[in-house]
Amino acid sequence: MSGIAARDVAVVGAGPAGLAAAVAAVEAGARVVVVDSAAQPGGQYWRHRPENVVAADGRGHHDWGVYLDLRARFDAARATGAIEYVPGRQVWMAQNDDGGFTLRTTPTVAPSVAPSASVAPPASVAPSDPAGAHPADVTAQRESVSTIRARRLVLCPGAYDRQLPVPGWDLPGVMAAGGIQAFIKANGALPGRRFVVAGTGPFLLPVAANIAEAGGMVAAVLESSSPVAWFPHLGAAAGVPEKALEGLGYAAVFARHRIPYRTRTVVTEVLGEDRTRAVRTARVDPGGRVVRGSERLLEDVDVVGFGWGFTPQLELPVSLGAETRVDADRSLVAVVDTRQESSIPGLFLAGEVTGVGGAALAVLEGRVAGASAAARASALSPAHASPQDRDQGEAPPSDALPPALSPADAARVARYRRFAQAMHRAHPVPDAWHEWLTPETTVCRCEEVTAGQIAEARDALGAADARSLKSFTRAGMGWCQGRVCGFAASCLGAGGGAHPSEASLAASAKRPLAAPVSIGELAALEPSTTTKGTPA
Amino acid sequence: MSAPSNAAVSDIVVIGAGVIGAATAYFAAREGLSVTVLDKGLPASGTSSACEGNILVSDKELGPELELTRYSLGVWHGDLAEHRHLWEFEAKGGIIVASRESSLASLHRVMAVQKGFGVAVEELDPDALRAAEPNISPDALGGAFYPEDCQVQPMLVAAHLVRLAVAAGARFHADTTVTGFLRSGERIAGVRTTRGEFSASSVVNCTGTWAGELAALAGVDVPVMPRRGFVMVTEPLPPMVHHKVYAAEYIDNVGSSDAGLQASPVVEGTPSGTILIGSTRERVGFDRTVSTDALRLLARNAVGLFPFLAAVKAIRHYHGFRPYCPDHLPVIGPDERAPGLWHAAGHEGAGIGLSVGTGKLLAQALAGREPDLDLTPFAPARFGTAPKDQSAPREEASA
Ligand SMILES: Cc1cc2nc3c(=O)[nH]c(=O)nc-3n(C[C@H](O)[C@H](O)[C@H](O)COP(=O)(O)OP(=O)(O)OC[C@H]3O[C@@H](n4cnc5c(N)ncnc54)[C@H](O)[C@@H]3O)c2cc1C
Ligand SMILES: Cc1cc2nc3c(=O)[nH]c(=O)nc-3n(C[C@H](O)[C@H](O)[C@H](O)COP(=O)(O)OP(=O)(O)OC[C@H]3O[C@@H](n4cnc5c(N)ncnc54)[C@H](O)[C@@H]3O)c2cc1C
Repeated sequence: MSGIAARDVAVVGAGPAGLAAAVAAVEAGARVVVVDSAAQPGGQYWRHRPENVVAADGRGHHDWGVYLDLRARFDAARATGAIEYVPGRQVWMAQNDDGGFTLRTTPTVAPSVAPSASVAPPASVAPSDPAGAHPADVTAQRESVSTIRARRLVLCPGAYDRQLPVPGWDLPGVMAAGGIQAFIKANGALPGRRFVVAGTGPFLLPVAANIAEAGGMVAAVLESSSPVAWFPHLGAAAGVPEKALEGLGYAAVFARHRIPYRTRTVVTEVLGEDRTRAVRTARVDPGGRVVRGSERLLEDVDVVGFGWGFTPQLELPVSLGAETRVDADRSLVAVVDTRQESSIPGLFLAGEVTGVGGAALAVLEGRVAGASAAARASALSPAHASPQDRDQGEAPPSDALPPALSPADAARVARYRRFAQAMHRAHPVPDAWHEWLTPETTVCRCEEVTAGQIAEARDALGAADARSLKSFTRAGMGWCQGRVCGFAASCLGAGGGAHPSEASLAASAKRPLAAPVSIGELAALEPSTTTKGTPA
Repeated sequence: MSAPSNAAVSDIVVIGAGVIGAATAYFAAREGLSVTVLDKGLPASGTSSACEGNILVSDKELGPELELTRYSLGVWHGDLAEHRHLWEFEAKGGIIVASRESSLASLHRVMAVQKGFGVAVEELDPDALRAAEPNISPDALGGAFYPEDCQVQPMLVAAHLVRLAVAAGARFHADTTVTGFLRSGERIAGVRTTRGEFSASSVVNCTGTWAGELAALAGVDVPVMPRRGFVMVTEPLPPMVHHKVYAAEYIDNVGSSDAGLQASPVVEGTPSGTILIGSTRERVGFDRTVSTDALRLLARNAVGLFPFLAAVKAIRHYHGFRPYCPDHLPVIGPDERAPGLWHAAGHEGAGIGLSVGTGKLLAQALAGREPDLDLTPFAPARFGTAPKDQSAPREEASA
């Protein structure tokens, strides 16, 4: 088989969780390969401008010291070859085969950090290229990493902003709040001039702060919930002083830039002819119902950023059969044990895929996942890893594992998780959000499916879940495969403000291709040696 | 525990709301029968949502399946003409492409035979082929055009036929799994379900790939087995493929004396701009593990026909389990081993196309009339006349 030699541990994602997992695994003695679709390490949280263009200085970032520490250890392990780093490639399929995992990858972007030298072209390829030209090296290198094998797998693919449709959200100028932040972090420039940031949750604050600090005008930050909602949860929230301080930090930024912060307020419509020009806002009651007469027009807005919490990227865990559950924020997340191991032996998960909880929690979970995966990989020889053995003997007892966390860190994990649950409860998706829509409102932007078509499919054809809505209306069948509209469609299928079922969320998280891949690449797959079944 | 009994006794309980059950319910309701449709999930949650929507004449051999195909085409174009927009009915025609001299010769032979039994087919020389499909491979030597081949969106067919059946008086219960049969003496007199009992004069087993399991609950053997197929979906594109296009190369494998065409990979554009690349065939039971070999094979075939596809992204793939019988014919009609029980299942890779003809003929028979087409070739009795020996393991027949 071409592709790089089997490693002890493969890590997917080089954000807070993935970096921590890779470093922990390698420091526990494992040989590690890290695949990440971004051009350089950092993930969503520590996304920064291309390192080959400008040196990262950490401006606009939190916990930059944590990043620098992880990055230094990551780079040190790369230098010794203990970590093989494969940036700019996305895993489109993961397979759990005898004794380990196989990842199939496809190129996304040109890496801005050199990939590991150890995945350089094989000797037989290099001499045939007289000039030793760089592009050929890159091509050969990319081919050699299209298939990656490892005995244990740690998935840290993160999450993306959850979106809810409103009339006009398909206009240019409407972005995900995280998209605005990513744009600023990656380009050092603004995607517009005058912004409204709307939705719910504390993550709206750093986005607004980033815009203001990059020189943009924030016309308003609109939070559908209310600080009052925190009161019942203050016990949990106060357990995380960093969060309170962070809140204060934003308060200062908001005051300095005169950013209006309105609670119990939502955007009910985006207005404009061929691009965003204004938004209609409204006050809402705790259930999300618009307070009569509270609508206002906010003019001269060219970018609206929406964020309704996050949707964890579950396609890879789901495709491997990992057990899932619905979290307090109504997101589908994967179930893990205290070692961050999923219901699939040898498959570890960390970061937002196990429940949205922020970057600090992601780092701690990553450490546990990486160390546990390394312990598993070294405790079992490849021969021991066959499925039969897994069924019988299972892993070494957990006290044989190195303690990945100090008692203090374990307490921090518990505290962060409590905080996250409190946050989710304080910032729910308002039940009545569907009342802001008109029948003409586009719900699936890829396939241009409207709320009216969805209601009709639900009422006339009995399409009560995301799967049948997709079948009958095409919502979620387009380019993004329901990543944007999946949650909204599940809610609308349930109808009348009901919460979507786990089955409906799971149906919309099921994407057998975790990323688009060219037909040419599929045609070039190697035939498998163990063909099950009889072709007929 | 005494299960609640559901409403009045129906004339007919239809088990399964795939295309076959939906069509049966629709036509039975139109015959004036009282109909109750049950499905363990929502309409079109089985194989009917994991297939393609081809209605093909071009791949049929002379025999009962071709007769049923023709009859169904008449129903699609006739009885159901007013509804065609509901399920994106498109009479776009199919093209078989030959890229080797030997397969071109085979294709010509097959065309001659098909013409002999009345299939509409026109030869396409290289220029005509390129006019019809400008993006076809430069290797293509010629082809054949089948104007009768058409396409529907199968999930919409099932869902709308259920809706129309309900409008005609039928009742539909989703999330209702049949777990056993009610008997009145030797007769089947209804079903037991997770939501109570439903009594009926006749019960129709329209459970597709699961029809064997259902039949076993009634003590009879109906050897329907799963045959897995993968389909690949591309990113949306401007129109690049205008017909259903498939390769003639497999004709060589079939053997020159045999006029039969087996189903083969079909490349086709959909109204939304995506291109469907289907489909593989393999017998692996109900294995849902994704097969890279299947993806590879689909991709290779597709690029062979349309080289531009190499640079196009696949955004999704899915798989389904065709319900097939050892003799590759569906089972349609009353089961004399279990009076009161009827079957309409096992349509393999052609159930969408055959659904409406099946439903209409079965409804005629259920209403006690002589069906327009003789159903004898599809009779369950061909699998033996004795009730099933529960202990005998079933051999999987080879295809
Ligand atoms: C708008 C916004 C604001 C936020 N603000 C804060 C904040 O102020 N405080 C806070 O604590 N948290 C904040 N967060 C959350 C924070 O970003 C996450 O908690 C953190 O990044 C989670 O780390 P992770 O490692 O799980 O995922 P990520 O950082 O998202 O990293 C995942 C990595 O995996 C890669 N990847 C995903 N799928 C694949 C694949 N199939 N193949 C290869 N690579 C893949 C991605 O490209 C990415 O590099 C914010 C998030 C957003 C979007
Ligand atoms: C990859 C692929 C491509 C195909 N392409 C085509 C094509 O292009 N053209 C074509 O004509 N055909 C095609 N087919 C074949 C076609 O999909 C099938 O023949 C057809 O869908 C069968 O329909 P059905 O109604 O019999 O079965 P299904 O659609 O499977 O319906 C059976 C129903 O029974 C229900 N059920 C099962 N057990 C129970 C129970 N105990 N209680 C209650 N309900 C139950 C199920 O939930 C299901 O909804 C393809 C198939 C595959 C797999």
